[in-house]
Amino acid sequence: MKSHSRFILSVLAFGYAFLYIPLVSVVVYSFNDSSLAAVWGGFSTRWYGELLRNEQVLDALFLSIKIAVTSATLATILGTMSGMALARFGRFKGRTLFSGMISSPMVMPEVITGLSLLLLFVTLQQLTGWPGQRGFSTITIAHTTFSMAYVAVIVQSRLVAMNESLEEAAMDLGGRPLRVVFDITLPLIAPAMIAGWLLSFTLSLDDLVIASFVSGPGSTTLPMLIFSKVKLGVSPDINALASVIIAMVTLGVAVAWLIMRRNAKSGPL
Amino acid sequence: MKNFIHIKGVSKHFGDFVAVDQVDLTIAQGELFSILGGSGCGKTTLLRMLAGFELPTFGSIEIDGSDVTHQPPYDRPVNMMFQSYAIFPHMSVSKNVSYGLRKDGVAKKEVGRRVDEMLELVQLAELKDRKPDQLSGGQRQRVALARSLIKRPKVLLLDEPLAALDKKLRERTQFELMNIQDELGITFVVVTHDQEEAMTLSDRIAVMNGGRFEQIGTPKEIYEFPHNRFVADFIGTINTFEGVVTVVQEDEISVYSDEAGEVLAASGKQLVEVGQQIEIAVRPEKIFIGKEKPADSDGVCLEGTVDDLGYLGNRSLYRIKLASGKIVQVSSQNRRRSITRFLEWDDKVWISWKPDSAVVLLD
Amino acid sequence: MGRQSLDLVEARQCCGIARLVAKVGNKNDELWRRFAVAVPYLWLLVFFLAPFAIILKISLADPILAQPPYSPSFDSDGSPAMSLGNYGFLFSDDLYAITYLRSVAMAAVTTVLCLLVGFPIAYGIARSSTETRNLLLLLIVLPFWISFLLRVYAWMGLMNNYGVINTVLMWTGLIKEPLQIMYTDFATAVGLVYSYLPFMILPLYATLERMNMDLVEAAQDLGASRTRAFWDITWPLAKAGTIAGCLLVFIPAMGEYVIPYLLGGPDSLFIGRVLFDEFFLNRDWPLASAVAIVLLMLLVVPIVLLQRAQARDEEQAA
Repeated sequence: MKSHSRFILSVLAFGYAFLYIPLVSVVVYSFNDSSLAAVWGGFSTRWYGELLRNEQVLDALFLSIKIAVTSATLATILGTMSGMALARFGRFKGRTLFSGMISSPMVMPEVITGLSLLLLFVTLQQLTGWPGQRGFSTITIAHTTFSMAYVAVIVQSRLVAMNESLEEAAMDLGGRPLRVVFDITLPLIAPAMIAGWLLSFTLSLDDLVIASFVSGPGSTTLPMLIFSKVKLGVSPDINALASVIIAMVTLGVAVAWLIMRRNAKSGPL
Repeated sequence: MKNFIHIKGVSKHFGDFVAVDQVDLTIAQGELFSILGGSGCGKTTLLRMLAGFELPTFGSIEIDGSDVTHQPPYDRPVNMMFQSYAIFPHMSVSKNVSYGLRKDGVAKKEVGRRVDEMLELVQLAELKDRKPDQLSGGQRQRVALARSLIKRPKVLLLDEPLAALDKKLRERTQFELMNIQDELGITFVVVTHDQEEAMTLSDRIAVMNGGRFEQIGTPKEIYEFPHNRFVADFIGTINTFEGVVTVVQEDEISVYSDEAGEVLAASGKQLVEVGQQIEIAVRPEKIFIGKEKPADSDGVCLEGTVDDLGYLGNRSLYRIKLASGKIVQVSSQNRRRSITRFLEWDDKVWISWKPDSAVVLLD
Repeated sequence: MGRQSLDLVEARQCCGIARLVAKVGNKNDELWRRFAVAVPYLWLLVFFLAPFAIILKISLADPILAQPPYSPSFDSDGSPAMSLGNYGFLFSDDLYAITYLRSVAMAAVTTVLCLLVGFPIAYGIARSSTETRNLLLLLIVLPFWISFLLRVYAWMGLMNNYGVINTVLMWTGLIKEPLQIMYTDFATAVGLVYSYLPFMILPLYATLERMNMDLVEAAQDLGASRTRAFWDITWPLAKAGTIAGCLLVFIPAMGEYVIPYLLGGPDSLFIGRVLFDEFFLNRDWPLASAVAIVLLMLLVVPIVLLQRAQARDEEQAA
């Protein structure tokens, strides 16, 4: 491939530096012994220790993970159905509305989504008595709703790129349409579904605004907890928490990259 | 041979666009039938209607006595070999081939036996457990073939079966296909844009254009007796002369053509009248070429100069310019081995052909 | 994948296998298809569309000291008790107009900056060799997988008065006193660009990657300079994808809450904050709803433009 112009190279360098310098600085300061984050007080791992003993943090983490797993799974199921409907069902009645609804949650400002869902839950409670206590179920529903949009887009684009003859061939050989979905379609879009699940998981784990709107007393997610601390300013135990998360994500991504490289090598002729 | 497939008055409309326009076709059992045409002529749509992937807008399709027009593809006794082969990438060769049988609920042992049998037939026995991404193009094609034949369908549809293969492989596969078809006795319907392929494989050919059939017949009929200009032009090369009918006899007519500057003869019982404007056609290989005027010319004899020539190894192609300026294409076998060329540019030559070499084009 | 004749392409676009099955399949086949569409459809109608209707209804109510804190839409005798009072208030108080404008301006600035930085990056990645490309993409996406809140928090550490930036600047002697970077619009902009950059780069990369670089080389071969080739060849093809990327940044940035709060300080006026505060601090649900509706109105045009740009981009890909 051609070599890049100097302009492009310098922008690339600047861009990546811009993206990573804040992360590096957080990790560095997490080992700072002094509790005044700006001043370096010597190398120490005490903040990590305190983190492990902090029950509030652990509770919030556990809740966030529960919500993330549940909403990611639900979103993957609903999003895959939507993606298949959009990619394979032609111009069915109501398709425009469906397509619009699917793509909107991705761009809607979070304050609007959060407000709208809270008002829905309040109205539902007035009319039916459910949900009495907002918390796990309401946050999960909210996260599922915006995550399924992402899954649908990923699955849809994978299906559109896939050779439709594969499904036709299966039908030609005697497979009924539903059978063909399980035999052929799902196995082939599995990577897209996994990517969708991971994306939904991350979005859910990361969400602050919507969770703030639709949660109730006693259900504090990790981002909500972090936000309440961070509002007061920089604090060293948050540095430690951030570094742990950064390390885990980096590890996960590195593993994923290695797997991708290995697959590419032993791939098709 | 009994008539097996009846396509009656079938049309397919996509909105305003008419892809297939009221076609009628009968195919006999055990026949290897080709539908030949350029892209956009409707042949693939017709094939898909036979397979069940499209619903005809009008008309009906019958196979072996039953109306299949509204039957979904998974219920029809028809199988298809796709142009892209459509091999399932996540299944091994044997799982691919056995897919149809497994969907029918055939017993495991029986499935295994029939898969082995089929793989033997297409010579892929050692590759049974390979995955598709480890196979070459030709091997994948055989998997597709085995997969579509294993259910012993009444009809096998093939969509451009040889298009993706290189020339040598294509020739070999052509004969293999014909042998397999002969052995199994299954009716094959092939769709192709390659006239050589159609001519080699088929018992009969239908030439399709703009959603309709231009001509249906054996390869010989299509080639030697094309009904109209489109068919004549589509298969091989053709020389055409426009002219006026001067004499009509039992087996022969005479046509005066300005382009040739002479009276030409054409054969056959033709429904033409004296004075009618017609077009006659002659194939390049039916024309004799030489430096001297042929002595016994009961046919046509024209004088011209060599405008261009090309050496193709087994034959030579010439473009001969007549006095009127018209170019006639002549093809001649290189029967003698010699370093020097038989004819050179600008040589004066005589070309001739027998009356029954020329055919009248209707339309 | 072999040549597709016109008739085949038409067939696929218009009808799809599923529609055929609907016509020729038996009852069961059809039922599963209906089910597959109906479930997500219903979910979205209930949890996405219906809430907007509810916001509208509540925006027409009055705040009261009750649970929930808004007046019912219909009186006990059944007549409608809705008013446009909240909207009147919004339009009468200048502060709201200013806030909306500031939000639009900030979103616009963020979009432009993201474009200026993101486009060359996307371009650079698209033109790299395949192995480098994957690594570069992964590096762009990696920060995204790290909690966004924590990344904004990281910027707080960098930008505050005793943070890294000021420390470095003072240490090199460029400044004597620490610069007030935090709690300014500048800090907010930096934070926004930082967070939304991947949203600009990824769609841009997808569009640029699809492009045939041969066209650019051909243009250069015919004598066009690098910049000329870019404007004449690359830009028109990348336009739809660029518009999509810009709108993917602009629309959510309009309603941002967290970043202006943490980096812009308690006094920064942005519509996301106003909505949040009216709702949680003032407990004025009807007013918050009205704010949301007006924000939605402002966003309708960009949202429609986005869907059109995305559709055009898809067409170009095909």
